[in-house]
Amino acid sequence: MRRGPLTRVLGEHPVGTAFVTPYVVFIAAVFAYPLGFAVYMSFHDYFFAAPGAIVDRPFVGFDNYATVLSDPAVRRAFGNVLIFLVINVPLTVILSLGLSTALNSAIRWRTFFRVSYYVPYVTASVAVVGVWLFLFNSNGLVNSVLGPLAPDPSWLVNSHLAMPTVAIYVTWKQLGFFILLYLAALQNVSADLYEAASMDGAGRWKSFLNVTVPGVRPATTLVVLLATVTGANLFTEPYLLTGGGGPDGASASPVLIMYQRGIEQGNPDVGSAIGVLLVIGVLILALLERRFVGSED
Amino acid sequence: MKLQAGLLAVVLAGSLAACGGSGGAGDADAAAKARGPITIWYSNNAEEVAWGKQMVASWNAAHADQKVTAQEIPTGKSSEEVIGAAITAGNAPCLIFNTSPASVSQFQKQGGLVPLDSFSDGKSYIEDRSGDIAKQYKSADGKYYQLPWKSNPVMIFYNKKAFAKAGIDTAKPPLTTYDEFLATSRKLVAAKAAKVAIYPAPSNEFYQSWFDFYPLYAAETGGKQLVADGKSTFASDEGKKVATFWRTMYADKLASPEKYTGDAFVDGTAAMAVVGPWAIATYKGKVDWGVVPVPTSSGKPAGEIHTFSDAKNVAMYSSCQNRGTAWDVLKFATSQEQDGMFLQASGQMPLRKDVASVYSDYFTKNPDYKVFADQAARTVEVPNVPNSITIWQTFRDAYSKSVIFGQQDPGAALDGAAQKVDQLVKQS
Repeated sequence: MRRGPLTRVLGEHPVGTAFVTPYVVFIAAVFAYPLGFAVYMSFHDYFFAAPGAIVDRPFVGFDNYATVLSDPAVRRAFGNVLIFLVINVPLTVILSLGLSTALNSAIRWRTFFRVSYYVPYVTASVAVVGVWLFLFNSNGLVNSVLGPLAPDPSWLVNSHLAMPTVAIYVTWKQLGFFILLYLAALQNVSADLYEAASMDGAGRWKSFLNVTVPGVRPATTLVVLLATVTGANLFTEPYLLTGGGGPDGASASPVLIMYQRGIEQGNPDVGSAIGVLLVIGVLILALLERRFVGSED
Repeated sequence: MKLQAGLLAVVLAGSLAACGGSGGAGDADAAAKARGPITIWYSNNAEEVAWGKQMVASWNAAHADQKVTAQEIPTGKSSEEVIGAAITAGNAPCLIFNTSPASVSQFQKQGGLVPLDSFSDGKSYIEDRSGDIAKQYKSADGKYYQLPWKSNPVMIFYNKKAFAKAGIDTAKPPLTTYDEFLATSRKLVAAKAAKVAIYPAPSNEFYQSWFDFYPLYAAETGGKQLVADGKSTFASDEGKKVATFWRTMYADKLASPEKYTGDAFVDGTAAMAVVGPWAIATYKGKVDWGVVPVPTSSGKPAGEIHTFSDAKNVAMYSSCQNRGTAWDVLKFATSQEQDGMFLQASGQMPLRKDVASVYSDYFTKNPDYKVFADQAARTVEVPNVPNSITIWQTFRDAYSKSVIFGQQDPGAALDGAAQKVDQLVKQS
C-alpha cells in the first residue's frame, strides 16, 4: 500500500503525535533548551544584562571549566556530595525496603505508620530544618540523650559529622516517598512465590532475600536512580541546616556553590560550568548504577 | 532546589537577556525629561511599608498625571536576587527603596542602573543632602548610581537584666576595650546570665561579616573600608587584632559557632547583640536594653568610633521610561520632611548630614535614638567596587574557617584572603 506524505511524517496514527506533542514541547522548552543554553553559557564570558544593554560575551573555550576545576571550594563540594551519596543511597534502599516490607505485612497501626513515614516528605523543608536544628545543636535533645558521648563540636558544626548528618536528615525526609514506591512494587510479588519458598523450608529472612529482594529489583533500580539524582542536587539542607555549607565548606554541595557563583555573585557562566559537570557526573553514576543494580544477571 | 530548576532559573534569565534588544535604556536624554506614571518598590517591613504608603499617597494627591504605583519587593531568597532577575527581564520598577550598596556594582555591570549624575542637579542634590559621606557611594567610574538613603549604624546592644544578674554596671558597662569586652563576656557566661555573651550569625552568607568583623574593623582603623585604592586593607595589624578578638570569643565559648533560629538576644540566649536601630522595634516590651559603641583594642572615646553603616539606598533602574518623574519622586521621598517622617516611622537614620540637629525635636522625644544619630556621622560603607559580593564571600570563607571554626590561624587566613581579594579587585 502506498503511504501518503502526511502518513510518512506523522506515522500510521497521527492522533498519537497530537497526544505526545504537549509533552515534547514541555521537555524542549523547560529542559532541552535550558540545558543547551547552560552549555552555551559555560563556554562564554556570560553574565545577565538588562535588555538593550550593549555587552560583550566572548567565547572563552574551557576557561570557565578551568576556573571551576581549579577552585578548591568546588572540588570539595563534589567530594562532599560523593560522601553524601555513599551514605544516603544505600541507607535509603535498605530502610525503605525493610520498612515497606514490614508495612506490607498485616501489622497493627499499619495506616498510622504509613502516614507517619510520609509526613516528613510532604512537610516544608524550612519547618523540618528548624526541628533538626533544635535536635542536633550542642544543647539539643540528641546530645542531651547522649550525655558524655555527644560529639564536640556538635553534629552540624563538626567538619567530620556535618555531611553525614545532612545525609541522614535527607534519608529520613525522603523515606516516605521511597517506601511508597516499594509498597507498590511489593503488590506485584506473587504470594505463590512466598508459599513455594516456605514449602522449601525458607524462613522469613531467606524469603526476604530470595523472593522479596529479586521481586522488587526494578523498583530498587528506580529508587537508586532517583535517590542519586535528588541527592546530587542537594541544596536546601546545606543552605538552611548548616548555614551555607558550613562548617568551613564541609557540607557545601555543588548546587549550593552554583547558586553562590551563578546567582549571588553574578557569574552564571561559572555556575553553568558547575551545572554541566554535575550533569555529566550524575549521568556517569546513573549508568554505573544501571549496570550494577539494574542488571538481571 | 533541583538541578534542573537551578539550570532553568539561570538559563531563563539568560534567555530573557538574549531576547532583549530594544526598549531598555532608550534615549537617555529624552528619558531623563520624560514624565508620566511610574512604579516603585519598597521594603516589606511594617514600618517602611507604612511610610512608603503615606509618601506615595502624598505624591499622588499632588500629581494626578504622574501617578506612582508602589508595591513591596517581591519575595525571593534575597531582595538582590529579585532585583537582579527584574533587571535581566527588563521589568524592574523605576525606583527601589531598598537597594543594597554591595549589589550596586553588579547591577551597574548588568546595565540595570541609571547614573543619577545624568540629571542636571543629580550630583549636587546627593552631596548637599548627605555631605561627605556621599563619596563612599560613588562608583568606580566616579558616578552616583545610588542615592544614599538611610543607615542603621551598627552598635552593641546589651540586656540590662542579664548584666545586672552578672553584677555588671548597667549604666556604663565595661565594653570599651577588647580586654574589657572579653572580661565582661566571661562574667556573663560564668554567672549564667546568658548561654553566650553575644551571638553574631556564624553562617557563611557573604554579608554576615558586616555584623561581626566589619563594624569592629571600621572602629579599629578609624573608618577604613575593606578595599581601598584598588587593594584590600584588612590583612593589616588592625584587621588581625579584630580577627583575634573574635577568635577568642569563639574559642572561649563566649560566642557560638552554631546557627540559631530566632533572635538570640530577644530569647535571652545572648546578653548582647551587634545590630542597628532598626531592631529597637523588635525589642520593645521584650528586652530592657542599653547601647554602646563597638569596642576597639585601645578603647577609643565614643566620639571617635566608626562603625558599619548597614545602609540601604535608592537606585533608579534603566527600564524606567519616565525618568523625569522618577527623579522628582526620589527628591520628594528624600526631602527633609519625608526623611523626618521616615525617621519617625522606622527609627532608622536618614543618610543626610547633621541628622541629629535637623531632627532635634525627634531625638528629644526619643532619647534612645540619639546615640545612633551621633554614630551615623561616622559610618563606613562596603566598598563600591566590582566583584563586591565575590570579595565578601572570599573574606567570609576565610573568616569562617579561621575565626569561627578555628581551623586556621586568623592572621594567615586574612593574608590568604587578601591575596585573592587583590586578584578580584585587579580583574575589575
